Amino acid sequence: MCDCNCHEHYTEDTLIPKIGIITEITQQTPDVKTFRVNAPEGGKLFEHLPGQCAMVSVPGVGEAMFSITSSPTNKEYQEFSIKKCGVLTDYLHTMEVGEELTVRGPYGNNFPVETELKGKNLLFIAGGIGLAPLRSVINYVIDNRANYGTVDILYGSRSMDDLVYLKEIKEVWAKEEGINVHLTIDREQEGWDGHVGFVPSFLKELGFENNKTALVCGPPIMIKFVLAALIEMGFSKEQVYTTLELRMKCGVGKCGRCNIGSKYVCKDGPVFRCDEIDELPAEY
Amino acid sequence: MLKIAKTDLPALFQKIAETKDLYLPIRVADQVNFGVYTQDADVSLETLKTVKSPKDAFFPQSETLYTCNKTENKISITPEELQNKEFVVFGIKGCDVKGIEVLDKVFLSEPVDTFYKARRDHGILVALACNEPEESCFCKAFGIDCTDPKADVATWLVEDVLYWNPLTEKGSALTDAVKDLLSDADDSKVKEQQEKTKAIVEKLPYMNLSLEGWNGDVLTEKFDSPLWEELYQPCLACGTCTFVCPTCQCYDIKDYNTGNGVQRYRCWDSCMYSDFTMMAHGNNRNSQMQRFRQRFMHKLVYFPANNNGMYSCVGCGRCVEKCPASLNIVKVVKAFQKEGGDK
Repeated sequence: MCDCNCHEHYTEDTLIPKIGIITEITQQTPDVKTFRVNAPEGGKLFEHLPGQCAMVSVPGVGEAMFSITSSPTNKEYQEFSIKKCGVLTDYLHTMEVGEELTVRGPYGNNFPVETELKGKNLLFIAGGIGLAPLRSVINYVIDNRANYGTVDILYGSRSMDDLVYLKEIKEVWAKEEGINVHLTIDREQEGWDGHVGFVPSFLKELGFENNKTALVCGPPIMIKFVLAALIEMGFSKEQVYTTLELRMKCGVGKCGRCNIGSKYVCKDGPVFRCDEIDELPAEY
Repeated sequence: MLKIAKTDLPALFQKIAETKDLYLPIRVADQVNFGVYTQDADVSLETLKTVKSPKDAFFPQSETLYTCNKTENKISITPEELQNKEFVVFGIKGCDVKGIEVLDKVFLSEPVDTFYKARRDHGILVALACNEPEESCFCKAFGIDCTDPKADVATWLVEDVLYWNPLTEKGSALTDAVKDLLSDADDSKVKEQQEKTKAIVEKLPYMNLSLEGWNGDVLTEKFDSPLWEELYQPCLACGTCTFVCPTCQCYDIKDYNTGNGVQRYRCWDSCMYSDFTMMAHGNNRNSQMQRFRQRFMHKLVYFPANNNGMYSCVGCGRCVEKCPASLNIVKVVKAFQKEGGDK
C-alpha cells in the first residue's frame, strides 16, 4: 500500500458506482437478454428489495435505470433483463461474459412484500418486458410461500418468441403449488396452442374474484386498460400496485427528470399504489 | 459593527485571497459575474445583479464526478477529489443567499450530495446588502429583506465605507483573519441607508407580488388551469431562465472521452428542453406547454409541498430581465391572480 494521503478527500457519493462483472448472459427473446452481475471479487454488489432498480452503465456509452429482476432471496447475484432499444442497451447486447460494467443503487421503493402484500392472494399481470420487475416479487413470494395466499400470474406478449423467462415460467412457477400461470400472445402463431388476445381482455375472460391484490407492470397502454378492467371486476385502486417509468439521471431525486407533482419516481417510486397515482398530475 | 474604507478593499481582497479562493463580482467583456479574484480583476461590487447567480460556487455549471479507465476488461474508477480548501463568496445578495438555502434543501437532503456538501462546508458567504434594487426585483414577495442579508458576514456599502458584521462562527473566523484591516464603527449610516433602500423597495412594481393562492392543496387546480396554454405561447424553449436562476437545480450526467479514460461529469440542464424527459419509449412532457408548466409548478407548488412551504424562487428578477420572450414567474403569478379575481 502506498502512504499517500491523496485519497482521503475522495467521496463515497451515491453517484459514484461500483464495478460489476457479467457472469452469465441468457438470451430471453430476440431483443431481450438477462445479464447476471456479480462483484468482481464474487458475491452480490448490494442487497435490494423486490421492485427496486439500479443504474447500470458502460463508461463512455451511457447510464440508465433498470429494474433488478432477480429476487433478494437469491444470495449469489443480481440480474437485469434488458431490452435492446437504444444506445446503451444496444451496446449492452454486444457485451460478453467476463466484461465489466458499473452499477449504482439500489434505488427507489419496493413492492410492500413484508407489509401490505403479506397474507394476500396475489395477481401478477405483466406485458412484455414488464415481467422483469415482477419476477423479483414472484420469486420472493415462492421463496417465502407460507406468507402469501394464492398466486395467479397473467402474462402476455406480442408473440410466443417475445415471452421472457418462458423456461422458468414452465419449469418452476407453473409447477409450484397454489400458483396458476395464464399465458397469452397478441396474435395467432404456428406452434402456439395457448390463449391468443391482449392482456386486458384475457384478464376479463379469466374473471378473477376481487379478493386479490394485483401487481401490474407493462407498457403504459396495457396498464391503462388492465386497470380499467380490474375496476370493472370490482377491484378498488387500493388493491392495485404498478410501477412508473420516467427518464432518470441521478436516481436520488435531485436531477429533476423524473419529477411528477411533488414525487420523484426514482426515489418515491417506481412502485405506486393506483390510488396514489390518481393524486399525481397526469404526466406519466 | 466593523468597517473598512472602500479604498482599502483591494487590500482586504488580497488578504483574503492569500489563504482562500475569493469569488466576487468581476466585470469581463461588460458582463459582471462571480469569478476568482486576481489583482487585476475589474471588481464591481456596485453591480446589483450578476448575469448568472453565484450558485456555481456550490453547484458548478459543469463538474467531473469521477474518471473511469479501462485496461483490457477491467474498469477502474477514480472519484474526483472533494472541495477541501476554504473559499469566500464576497458580495452575494440577499436573494442569492436564499437561493443557496433552496439548493441546500435539494442537495443536503438524504442521500446527501457529498460534492455539494464539501463546498458548503468550505464556503464562507459574505453578503452585501442592496442599495438600489431595480424594477425587476421582487425578493420581498418571498420574505427576503435585501437591506439585511443573512449570511456568514453581512456587509453594507454606504458612501465610501464598507460596513462589516459577522453573523456566524465561520464569519467570525474570517473577521479575525482580516481584523487588522477593519475598525470599529457605529451602525447609524447603515440604518440610514437601510431606510432609504426600503423606501425604494416600496415603490418597485413587483415587490408586493402576492403569492396568495399558491400555497396549500392547489396542485390539481393549478395544473389543470387553461391559463398555461395561453401563457406558454411566446416561450422559445431557450432555457435562459433556468441557467440564470439561483434555484434551478436540474442536472444532466454525461460522459466525456478524454482519449485517456472517460470523465463522467454533471452539468446544469433545463426542464425547458424537449429532450429533458425523452426516453426510449417516449416523452411524458412532449409539448412546450407541459415543460413550461412543469417549471412554474415545480417552483410554486411541488417544491413547497416537499419543503414546508418554501418556494423555489427568491425574486431575484434575472428571468424577468433575461427572457427573450418577456416571460417570467411574475407574469405567471399575476395571470393566476387575475383569473382568481375574475371569478
